[in-house]
Amino acid sequence: MGMNDLEDFRESVGKSDPVAVVGGRTHWTVGGNPTDDTRLVSAPVGIDFFDPSEMTVSVKAGTTLKDLNEELSRYRQEVCLEGSSETTVGGALMIGTDGIRRNLIGSIRETLLQAEYVDAKGKLIKAGGPTVKNVTGYDLCRLLVGSLGTLGLVGRVILRTRPQSEKSVWLRGGLSPEEARHICFRPSSLLWNGEETFIQLEGYGVNVDSEILNLKNLGYEELGVKCPISIPSFRHKFVNGMSLDNGIIDVYSSILYKSVEASEPQHSEEVLRLGNRVRKMFDPLGRLNPGRDPYRAGP
Amino acid sequence: MNRSRGNDQLFQELCRDIGTNRVHRDGASQLLYSRDGSAFPGGIPGVVCFPETTQHVVDCIKAANRHDRSFVPRGAGTGLAGGAVPCDAPLVISTTKMNSILEVNYEKRFAWVGPGVVNLDLTKSLTGTGFHFAPDPSSQQSCTIGGNVANNSGGPHCLAYGVTNAHILAIEVVLPDGTLVQLGDVDGHASGYDLRGVFVGGEGTLGIATRIAVKLTPDPPEIRTLLLDFMDVADAAKTVSAIIASGIVPAAIEMMDKRIVNVVEEFVKVGYPTDAAAVLIIEVDGLPEGVKIEVERIQSISLEHGARSVRVASSDEEREQIWKGRKSAFGAVAQIQPGYYLHDTVIPRTKLVEVLEAVYEIANRYELIVMNVFHAGDGNLHPLLVFDPQEPGVMERVLVAGEEIVQVSLDAGGVLSGEHGIGLEKKRFMEKLFSEEDLAAQKLLKDAFDPDGRANPFKVLPSGASCSEVNHLNQLPDGAWV
Repeated sequence: MGMNDLEDFRESVGKSDPVAVVGGRTHWTVGGNPTDDTRLVSAPVGIDFFDPSEMTVSVKAGTTLKDLNEELSRYRQEVCLEGSSETTVGGALMIGTDGIRRNLIGSIRETLLQAEYVDAKGKLIKAGGPTVKNVTGYDLCRLLVGSLGTLGLVGRVILRTRPQSEKSVWLRGGLSPEEARHICFRPSSLLWNGEETFIQLEGYGVNVDSEILNLKNLGYEELGVKCPISIPSFRHKFVNGMSLDNGIIDVYSSILYKSVEASEPQHSEEVLRLGNRVRKMFDPLGRLNPGRDPYRAGP
Repeated sequence: MNRSRGNDQLFQELCRDIGTNRVHRDGASQLLYSRDGSAFPGGIPGVVCFPETTQHVVDCIKAANRHDRSFVPRGAGTGLAGGAVPCDAPLVISTTKMNSILEVNYEKRFAWVGPGVVNLDLTKSLTGTGFHFAPDPSSQQSCTIGGNVANNSGGPHCLAYGVTNAHILAIEVVLPDGTLVQLGDVDGHASGYDLRGVFVGGEGTLGIATRIAVKLTPDPPEIRTLLLDFMDVADAAKTVSAIIASGIVPAAIEMMDKRIVNVVEEFVKVGYPTDAAAVLIIEVDGLPEGVKIEVERIQSISLEHGARSVRVASSDEEREQIWKGRKSAFGAVAQIQPGYYLHDTVIPRTKLVEVLEAVYEIANRYELIVMNVFHAGDGNLHPLLVFDPQEPGVMERVLVAGEEIVQVSLDAGGVLSGEHGIGLEKKRFMEKLFSEEDLAAQKLLKDAFDPDGRANPFKVLPSGASCSEVNHLNQLPDGAWV
């Protein structure tokens, strides 16, 4: 697309009919399917600006994570967005879930610095700002992440990047999750299947090597760079006493990954009322992603 | 209508609902709570309330609603943007007596605290447990966690650890209609809109926090603090960019220019080099081997970029001395002049050199003394314009110079505020950064939380009337930031 990507996108979204953005369709059913009368549009694609020394990247929402990560990797940087290679930047942001490395790399909600989106009236709106620190007005970027496109359709964003770790390794062993948390300093991931803990260490090679040594002395086995276990698709909120039922717990976030879909999450009436008021304010006619509800999406 | 004294019925109802000793409307209280840490002359609160429980806060807000009055949440009142200045004779609801640490859960790494807990008190209570609360604003000796939430406060160590929003897991909030709601959860994720995330930084315009779940961050096993000095400010600024570009994100990178270094050294004598054009305080932390690598790389990068010397603190005492100078900076300024105006813009960190040059040029042109002490690692400038408020015409020069500094920051791709917020101070600049439609979108959020506009009115977003107009006050700030 050319110089007028955002303007073209704004026009394609229009002003009146039900509309949703389709990205890589990798998380299409999260929070419900769009209603049948919903018109599907695509977000613009491409990386506008990446300054490695600023550690920010300006990218259009339709760009795939694969393409973005390839560019960032050239400078040994990454963004904290989760998804498969076909997931788009906009899609990952609108789903808004953190991955298993959150303990080290932070939350996706901290990643979005600025967003340009088309609102329900078809106007192009800018939220947030391009700098890594900013308290200028209400932080609508926070609201957009995880909103499933129900408040605005994102066309272009500025994201915070971070340095890639020098070394990354997974280990498997018999410590309890609590013991593992105390032994390791800021591991990137800590998973538990009810019998063993799986620990991902990242950082400078010397740091990782010294922690590997500690863990090997406690009977841990070094497994390599790739996550050694298959993580089921569905996220459940884990509470003490819940059966793991062949699932995997992300210890830091208390998310239980299982192969069966979670029942609809429970929210207080007050939260739902406030959330619905927000949605109604931003989209009084309900034309943005009708049929989808962020409060029906899992944790 | 003169609302400044409140009406008797409102006062009596508040006394009945939360207790006579928690409701004040005497002249001294009204004067004391008429302003905050900013230069704004302020208004007059209708009634000042000191709730001690969540129910008290609910009662205060319901009373305000029954009597068609607005309310202003207030912590320690250290804010520098006028966020706690009462406009239109509101109830001032001070949460300073809700100052208990309610629950600490080391296993899950969170603590529930009252909004009135002082930031440094929380830090001290955690000392020795292996955990800390990361945000450390310069006012941490007196500012409250509730105030930190309202302003999404920062501090030197937010470069690597993130500002307050990254350290708040859940908040119990009384909404402006009196509804009690918990936003977020202690696991750090709740599906649905991130209402917790937008409440943080809402400057008290979206409701009042009555309990806050803060994240406990593990203490790093190793900390190293470096003091670097430069004979050219530009070299110091280039060093900051080069360190970040190399892939190192230190816990803190603070910069102080020659003028502030000299004032601080005269004040606390911590061993800063007074002949240097600028110094950088850099702190790295983590596992010992990695810290050693980062210290070596920072030494190498800074020497390549013109550092005259690099001193690595060899003891905790030396480290504390280095930080003592930085944290004494604003108090030390009083030695030069009785007043200062502290700005707070953020620029892309790669633009530090050119924006700092412009700041010096602007100050010179308006015959003002400027000192720079700021969070260089994230581009958060704090130019201090130092002056004597008694000097005829000086305030006008300070304001015009300040406006130019804001404009230079915006022209460089920056934003209006990094940690002080918009409050009353920067409302008039919001239209320089956002279009009318952008601001209307922000207003939608405010309206969803506060459809009747009762929570801390006249703040953050440009509005038809200003606080000064409703209070019949002078438009201009009247003196020093103290």
